[in-house]
Amino acid sequence: MKLLLKNGRIIEPSQKKDFVSDILIVNGIIEKIGSNISEEKIDQTIELNGKIVAPGFIDMHVHLREPGFEYKETIESGCSAAATGGFTAVCCMPNTNPPIDEASVVNWIVERSKHVDGGIIDVYPIAAITKNREGKELSPMMELVDAGAVGFSDDGACVENAEVMRRAMEYSTMIKKPIIQHPEDISLSKGGVMNEGFVSTSLGMQPIPSIAESIIIARDVQLAEYTQAQYHAAHVSSGKSVEIIRTAKKKSKQVTCEVTPHHFTLTDEDVRSFDTNTKMNPPLRNQDDVEALKEGLKDGTIDVIATDHAPHSFDEKQVEFMVAPFGIVGLETAIGLAYTELVKTGYLDIYQLIEKYSVNPRRILHLLPISIIEGEKANLTILDPDFEWVVDIQKFKSKSKNSPFHGHKLFGKAFAIINNGRIHFVD
Amino acid sequence: MPLLSRHLLGLEGVPKDDIQLILDTATSFREVLERPIKKVPTLQGKTIVNLFFESSTRTRISFELAERRLSADVVNFSADMSSLKKGETLKDTARNIEAMKIDMVVMRHAASGAAVFLSKVINAIIINAGDGAHEHPTQALLDMYSIREKHGTIQGLKVCIVGDISHSRVALSNIYGLKTMGARIAVCGPKTLIPRFIEQIGIEIFNNIDDAIKWSDILNVLRIQLERQDRAFFPSLMEYRKYFAVTRERLDKADKVITIMHPGPINRDVELSADVADSAHSLILQQVLNGVAIRMAVLYLLGTRS
Repeated sequence: MKLLLKNGRIIEPSQKKDFVSDILIVNGIIEKIGSNISEEKIDQTIELNGKIVAPGFIDMHVHLREPGFEYKETIESGCSAAATGGFTAVCCMPNTNPPIDEASVVNWIVERSKHVDGGIIDVYPIAAITKNREGKELSPMMELVDAGAVGFSDDGACVENAEVMRRAMEYSTMIKKPIIQHPEDISLSKGGVMNEGFVSTSLGMQPIPSIAESIIIARDVQLAEYTQAQYHAAHVSSGKSVEIIRTAKKKSKQVTCEVTPHHFTLTDEDVRSFDTNTKMNPPLRNQDDVEALKEGLKDGTIDVIATDHAPHSFDEKQVEFMVAPFGIVGLETAIGLAYTELVKTGYLDIYQLIEKYSVNPRRILHLLPISIIEGEKANLTILDPDFEWVVDIQKFKSKSKNSPFHGHKLFGKAFAIINNGRIHFVD
Repeated sequence: MPLLSRHLLGLEGVPKDDIQLILDTATSFREVLERPIKKVPTLQGKTIVNLFFESSTRTRISFELAERRLSADVVNFSADMSSLKKGETLKDTARNIEAMKIDMVVMRHAASGAAVFLSKVINAIIINAGDGAHEHPTQALLDMYSIREKHGTIQGLKVCIVGDISHSRVALSNIYGLKTMGARIAVCGPKTLIPRFIEQIGIEIFNNIDDAIKWSDILNVLRIQLERQDRAFFPSLMEYRKYFAVTRERLDKADKVITIMHPGPINRDVELSADVADSAHSLILQQVLNGVAIRMAVLYLLGTRS
């Protein structure tokens, strides 16, 4: 299979590369990069007209829901959503049923993902830190890594007990994988459904104070320093959390964090509609927090943009706000939101955007870096940054449509992805 | 003049003219309640369902009386006999009931925003009879009616709401409604029972009951729920009584007459001493009577709005 990409703008931030060129890909390997490549027997020629060719994007925080919750999402539908969103890889979180707390589940997920569209999406399981994600006993971490887990998290649940967290961190240093915390002090957040602020007060809603998040992060960065472990804070949502991580990073390269597109796009004001698609955990914060998150992205305190793609069925969300499950889908709006909210507004340049969607998460997860050079495997996300489009949830490939962004006008969309010898065009 | 809104979901954002119209309409129904035969044919042929997902004796009885006195057909559905325990969603329950061709739904529900949600999933006219800690508009309307009846006006009066503001739907509806009608508002209670940022609505906050009494023309005292002790909101009822109860002794220290209100049910000698509750300046029983008139007014205005 010979594939010729014409006039792509190749951007590789780690090598400071940015130039327009043709790329010849033969059987999934980059055979030639150069201008005006003319080659015999090309199977497919694609004119890119300056569209961006970037190292393949990875979403390191996705709930694929399989096994156990196939009515929300399956590995197949989730991978299809990832491809449409412009990702060549996802990390799937362990709050499945059974949870990803033993090697057989890791094997099963990886095996299954290989049969989806010829395995175009690399699925990297994140295994549970503790058995059954209960925060009590450590999962068999070494065995899980041997099976293919790339990191650990009890996501959806916080490892609350400081002793357990300390031991998990110590243990993880032997296998050099990140401990990914869902930072939430349950004693402060219990019963809450939205951010504590003027909006929660004026709606009479049970609040979740932002300190429920930042208090755990403050503790964890001390534990990480003490144990020399690699620590990654998931879905950071408050200005205070950014501040704590900024300070911790001055001492250690082992502390990293991520933010979701919805947390830098929406605020708790959007909850006034009582739309259950504005209910997520952590909750949407206020305008000051949004500003702090954008600043954190800009100065590098926040390393990664990850979606926390959390599919729920239509009926599960068609209930009273208090009763509705937390979470929204994110894979198919991720690039558009980031480009619109961050690049168009000048917070990030395109290089930084690519770092946060590709280079940094791969570094944190110790995955091989992607190089767009001759002889390397083609793992590429092709972006059309100026493409203007309107979000239509009915067009989502995800099984679930729980997005608050229906009808939003966005700029920037994936045009195609290439990985493992396959190409997928986004329609 | 018809009301601007099709439903009564809350008082936040309800214009002054609408509130005025409801209060004025209630005046004529109040007169009906004084007649030997307390029934008018206004809502004959209309069917109203009282959907109570939380127990509430007095609000439900008040609505039911109001509905019957307007000659509506009334169906009661309460949480105990509800299908909630069978796992049915609110949407399904409501749509099933609506399929039987009903015109209006009066709903009490534990979730803030439940009435707004209901208005999006069914077509019937919705009256919110209390949703979580969000709003309880008819309670605030009857409170405003009672204030106007006693003082002749609402404009410029100082009303302080005392007690558990955080978990109260009465407080928010009163704040929204009274502000629209030109009253000045304060809340008083232990800091743990006053939600953060509430001052941004434009109200005063007191943590000392004597200061609140000194400031107020009217005290609207809320019921203190014992269960709140469980999550450390306050130490004990004894301590609450000692530092926050509205008592004769405290009122006597103010050199003015202060009107006392309470949405009920009262914890006698906890938030309110018995002699205050039963005093000449207490509006508590008038509030109950006015509640029926207000609910008749709301049902009439929404039920006959074409």
